[in-house]
Amino acid sequence: MSETGMRTHLDVKAKVEGNKWFYNDIVREHFFKPRNFLKDEDEAMEYDKVASGVGQVGSPACGDMMKMWVKVDEKKDKIVECKWQTFGCASAIGSTSMLSLMVTENGGIKIEDALKIKPQDIANRLEGLPQRKFHCSVLGDKALRSAINDYFKRSGQNDRVMVEGAKIVDKILKITDKDIEEAVLEGARTLEDVQKKTKVGAQDKSCIPEVEQLIRFYTEKYFG
Amino acid sequence: MKMNEKTIYLDNSATTPVDKRVVNEMLPYFNEEYGNPGSMHSKGLTGQKALDASREKISEILNCKAEEIIFTGSGTESVNMAIKGIAYHLNKKLGKGKHIITQKTEHHAVLETCEFLEKEGYEVTYLDVDRYGMVNLENLKNAIREDTILVSIMYVNNEIGTIQPIKEIGKICNEKGVLFHTDACQAGNYLTLDVEKLNVNLLSLNGSKIYGPKGVGLLYIRRGVSLTPLIHGGGQERRLRSGTENIPSIVGFAKALELATEERGTENKRLEKLSQKLKDGILSTIPKAFLNGHPENRISGNVNISILDVEGEAVLLYLDEEGICISTGSACTSKTLDPSHVILATGMPYEAAHGSLRFSLGRYTTEEGIDKILRVLPRVIKELRGLSPVNLNAEDFIEYLSEENKKISLGLEVKQ
Repeated sequence: MSETGMRTHLDVKAKVEGNKWFYNDIVREHFFKPRNFLKDEDEAMEYDKVASGVGQVGSPACGDMMKMWVKVDEKKDKIVECKWQTFGCASAIGSTSMLSLMVTENGGIKIEDALKIKPQDIANRLEGLPQRKFHCSVLGDKALRSAINDYFKRSGQNDRVMVEGAKIVDKILKITDKDIEEAVLEGARTLEDVQKKTKVGAQDKSCIPEVEQLIRFYTEKYFG
Repeated sequence: MKMNEKTIYLDNSATTPVDKRVVNEMLPYFNEEYGNPGSMHSKGLTGQKALDASREKISEILNCKAEEIIFTGSGTESVNMAIKGIAYHLNKKLGKGKHIITQKTEHHAVLETCEFLEKEGYEVTYLDVDRYGMVNLENLKNAIREDTILVSIMYVNNEIGTIQPIKEIGKICNEKGVLFHTDACQAGNYLTLDVEKLNVNLLSLNGSKIYGPKGVGLLYIRRGVSLTPLIHGGGQERRLRSGTENIPSIVGFAKALELATEERGTENKRLEKLSQKLKDGILSTIPKAFLNGHPENRISGNVNISILDVEGEAVLLYLDEEGICISTGSACTSKTLDPSHVILATGMPYEAAHGSLRFSLGRYTTEEGIDKILRVLPRVIKELRGLSPVNLNAEDFIEYLSEENKKISLGLEVKQ
């Protein structure tokens, strides 16, 4: 086969595989044998007592919900334990399990480093998720950040508390930057995609340049 | 999936294995009687004879004329041919209306085709269904307008197994002078396909749900109904669907339909018992679970249950590890981010749709298989519920359930 022929063949193959939703062995391993999870309500209640911070994101209606507990070594400013519970699919469960491993392996990681973890980093450690399942894995880092934030509050480190207030972009429809972020996570990549999901800018046209910037920002953040 | 263990396949609504009797019937047509019916020589003639015989056999089952059957490449193709073909013929060619009526719980083959036509300027009404997934006949009557050209309502829903009153719908359409198409792909194993009894003008059917081969379907087109072909070429199938006839598959399709029809009565009885056992077993051992769809008016092979606090894909994969194949209406197995449009259309909340599991039983389902599921499923649910931070209140879901389903579902008294 000629070189060009080979390349065409591979391109076609890649496209086809992008549509599949089979999981690789690492994801399967973390899904079927998850690490660091709290196995029931009792364990969760017990751990509540010793955790430094706890955070929760998502909802059963949207199909994913994650709760994360962290135990912090205050002197070293390091996460030493990370426990979790997840309602969701293999991608959600597998990625939370991997995240809990990433922040606790080799004696744990610095909080500032934990805060830098992006969904793509988790996906990379899992050596890839099926494209269409990526969106199920984007809650883990948020749950972790929320747990760390809770730790900041509980330990009185008010200067470190992250204010994640949503900012209104579309003043008429009251659409926030969070809504745009959400739309991008759900697969929207263009202004038109986002408008289909949010109707942003339908009346308040002045916000469109800002919306376009936000789309670029979030696309790069999560998928760049 | 674990090796060395027999797979318990409960996804027969997705596709069925090809029955060995069907395979045997097909085999000679691959490399012995491989002739093209379009050829004048003896090999071609054998192909033509096989094609004619298959069409004849199917027409007896459908109670129609052989020439009213057009073979296609799939159920989806048949549906496309019916809806687009009628729309183009009546509207573009004859200048009649551009309004089509269907319902919200149709298969994507129908919904996507209708959405495509909407982009071309057609108007489509998507009728609501009730909590059982049934279409309301009064609503249908009211939806029919002067410019309505076609009604398309499925015979049996692929997710929840609900059977629609096709005969009555057909009667209404006849009275109003509107053509009626039904997607009968999920009905072939369970219900009559007699087009006279069903009052249909068009009916789609395929091979891969009735223990026949994949890649073959048919569209029944009542005599006198014209449509614009979508595939042009050598003029096969009365010029309505060009392309060399897929003889092995057509032969297999006919054999499969024949077997399904012969065995329908006994199979329905057998499957009803197994479905009942499965349904009762799940609802009596797993708390916070309830039945989706109609308590009685459903095909014998379908059991669709929502289990709260767990996500369908996770359950599916844990069962797969145990050699059990099912499907789910969870968003995580769909290409979109939304869970099953069917479960949602019956008025169930998103939480219930994400945790919906479809068990579709079939010809090779045994009681031992059902017993195994009843052993494995409660353990899997317990494990995943343990892992889940969600603890929904079952009482909050009661309002969505029908009286019948309330009685048999939710397992409020069941202790885990």
